[in-house]
Amino acid sequence: MQEARVIPLQRTERRRQLPPLSRADRPPVEPTPLRPTPAPAEPSTLRRAVADALAFARRRFTGDYTVDQFGFDQDLTETLLLPPLRAIYRNWFRVEVSGVENLPVDGGALIVSNHSGTLPIDAMMTAVAVHDNHPRRRYLRMLGADLVFQVPLLGALARKSGQTLACNPDAERLLRSGELVGVWPEGFKGVGKPFADRYKLQRFGRGGFVSAALRTGVPIIPCSIVGAEEIYPKIGDLKAVARLLGLPYFPITPTFPLLGPLGVIPLPSKWHIRFGEPIATDRFGPAAEEDPMLVFNLTDQVRETIQQTLYRMLNQRGNPFLG
Amino acid sequence: MTPKVVLVTGVGGYLGGNLAARLAANPDIDRVLGVDTTAPHRDVVRRLGRAEFVRADIRNPLIAKVITGAEVDTVVHASLTANPPGPSRRTPIKEMNVIGTMQLLAACQRAPSVRKLVVKSTAAVYGASARSPAVFTEDDAPKDISSSGYAKDAVEVEAYVRGFSRRRPDVDVTLIRLTNLIGPRVDTVLTRYFALPVVPTVLGYDARIQLLHSEDALAVLEQAAVRGAPGVFNAGGDGVLMLSQAIRRAGRIPLPVLRSAIPAAGRILRGARLVDFSPDHVRYLNYGRVVDTTRLRTVLGFTPRWTTRQAFDDYVHGNALRPVISPELLEGLEHRVLGIR
Repeated sequence: MQEARVIPLQRTERRRQLPPLSRADRPPVEPTPLRPTPAPAEPSTLRRAVADALAFARRRFTGDYTVDQFGFDQDLTETLLLPPLRAIYRNWFRVEVSGVENLPVDGGALIVSNHSGTLPIDAMMTAVAVHDNHPRRRYLRMLGADLVFQVPLLGALARKSGQTLACNPDAERLLRSGELVGVWPEGFKGVGKPFADRYKLQRFGRGGFVSAALRTGVPIIPCSIVGAEEIYPKIGDLKAVARLLGLPYFPITPTFPLLGPLGVIPLPSKWHIRFGEPIATDRFGPAAEEDPMLVFNLTDQVRETIQQTLYRMLNQRGNPFLG
Repeated sequence: MTPKVVLVTGVGGYLGGNLAARLAANPDIDRVLGVDTTAPHRDVVRRLGRAEFVRADIRNPLIAKVITGAEVDTVVHASLTANPPGPSRRTPIKEMNVIGTMQLLAACQRAPSVRKLVVKSTAAVYGASARSPAVFTEDDAPKDISSSGYAKDAVEVEAYVRGFSRRRPDVDVTLIRLTNLIGPRVDTVLTRYFALPVVPTVLGYDARIQLLHSEDALAVLEQAAVRGAPGVFNAGGDGVLMLSQAIRRAGRIPLPVLRSAIPAAGRILRGARLVDFSPDHVRYLNYGRVVDTTRLRTVLGFTPRWTTRQAFDDYVHGNALRPVISPELLEGLEHRVLGIR
C-alpha cells in the first residue's frame, strides 16, 4: 500500500518563512557561475567610428578643444584635415619616403625643401610624410606666404592646420618651442615655374631661414621631393588674368583651363620624398647670424644639397607616373 | 618705493574707478585722488573708501594745480579709451584720448613731485593683418593700423609718453598694453559682442583672440603703480581661443557675413546701439591678435590668474549665457552608440 505523499499547498509561503542565511552560514567563496555573464562586448569598429565622430562633433559644438598661439588646431587636423590628404598621399601619388631617421625624435629642426607643382600640394604631402612616418607622429609646422593668409577660408584653414606666416619672428618662436618647421624658400618662383624648368631650384630668397636656424641653433634638414613637378605641368601663364585676380601667376596646363574644373585634378605622378642628412648650425658660436657671408654659404650649401639629391633621385627614377 | 599720493585718471570708467578703490584699500598709500569728468558708478563709489573724487577735465590746465597742490608722486593714466563698448562719437573720444594725455603729461612734466607714471595702453597698437607675425612682442612696431581708428589714438598717446620720458628721465614710466578685457562685471566691446544672440562674423576668417580677465587687468595696473618696474609690458592671459570656438563656448550662433557686407552689418549694429563695429574691430575679428607676455612675467613679476579660456568661461557663467545645443545630448548619444551608460 502506497503512502500518500503530503504535498504542501503553500510552497512559496513555507519557503519564505525560512530564516535567511546569516552571513556566517554563507559559503565563504561565491560559487563560480557555470555560465559567466558575458563581459560587455567590445564595440564594433563601426560603432566605435560613429562614437568617435559624435565625440568629435561634441567637442566642436561646445568649443572643447585647444589651439596654440599660432592657431594650430590639433583635434581638427588629426580628425578632419589629415585623412583626405592621407588618401591622396597613399593612393594617388603613392609617396615613397626615405631618410626618416634624419628627422630628430624631439626638439626643433628646420626642414627646407624644393617647391613645385603650380599648387603647393607638395607642402601638404610633406606634412603627411612627416606625421605618418615619424616614430612620435610629430606635426610639421609650415611657413606660408602672406598671400595664403589674405585669402578667406584658405587663410583660416592654413592657421588651423599648423601653418604660420613665413617671417623670422614666427619661425624662431616655433623652433625655440621645439617644433619641426617646414619652409619652402623658393616661394612662388619655385611653385609657379614653367614645366621646362622642372627640378631646377630657383633663388633661395635672402637666406632668412638660415638665420632663423642659426639664431635658434637647430639643425637644417634638406628635403628633396621628386614627382610634384608633374602634377600640373605649367606650359603657359596668363599674366593679365593673374594681375586682374591679384595672383602671382595664372597657369595653363594641358588640362586647365581646357577641361574646366576637371583640370584641377592633378596628374597621378609617383612621388619620392627624401629627408637628407641634418646640417648642424650650433657649431658656429654666438652672433653667427650677423655674418652675412656665413649665411650665404650655408644657404648655398643647403640649396646645392637639395639640387644634387634631386638629380640623383631623377636618375634612379624611371617613368614619372609608374615609379 | 611705495607711492604716497596717487592720482588716477578715468575713475568714471570701470578700470579707473576700481583701481582707485584698490589703491585706497592699501594702507601704505596716504592719499588716492580720482579724476574724471563723470562721477564713478554707484557700485564703485561704495568701494572707493577714502579715495577722493575730483571732478576735473584732464584737458584743462587745472589738472596741473591738482597735481602740484596735492604733491602727487604717482600718476596712473587709465582713461584711454581704445575699444569703446558701444557706438560712441569719435571726435570727443579722440580729443579726450590725445589732447587729454598731452595736457596730463604737460602737467606732470612741470610737477617736481611726480616720480612715477603708469599709462594704460592697448595691444591694439600692434594692429591686425595677414602680414603681421603670429605673436607680438613689446619691440614690434605698429603696422597696418587704420589711419583713423581708436588704435591710432593709442599709438599717438604712446608717442607722447615716450616724449615725456625723454624729457623727464627721473620719472619711471610704465606702459601696459592690455589685450581685450573680459569678465562677468566689465562692459567691453567683446562682452557685448558675445552676448548678441546671433553673432556676426566675417565669412572665411577665424581670429585668434587673447583675453585678459578684468580682475587681472586691475591687478596688473595696481602692481605697476605700487612696485612695478619701468618699461613697456604686454598684458594678456595665457592661451588662445579661436573666435569660432569662443562663440561655441558661449553657446551663441555665428552668422558669417561676407566681408563686403560687413560695413552694412556694422551700421545696423551701431544703429541699434548694440555694439561698436569699427573698422579696427573688424580687422581684429579677421586676423586676431596674440601678444607675448614673457616680459610681464619676468620683469614686472606679474602672472595673470586667469587664462584666456578661464576668463572667457567666467564671463559666460557670470552672464548666464546658455548654450544652444546642450553638450549632454551629444554625450548621451555617444554613450548609447558605444553601449555604455
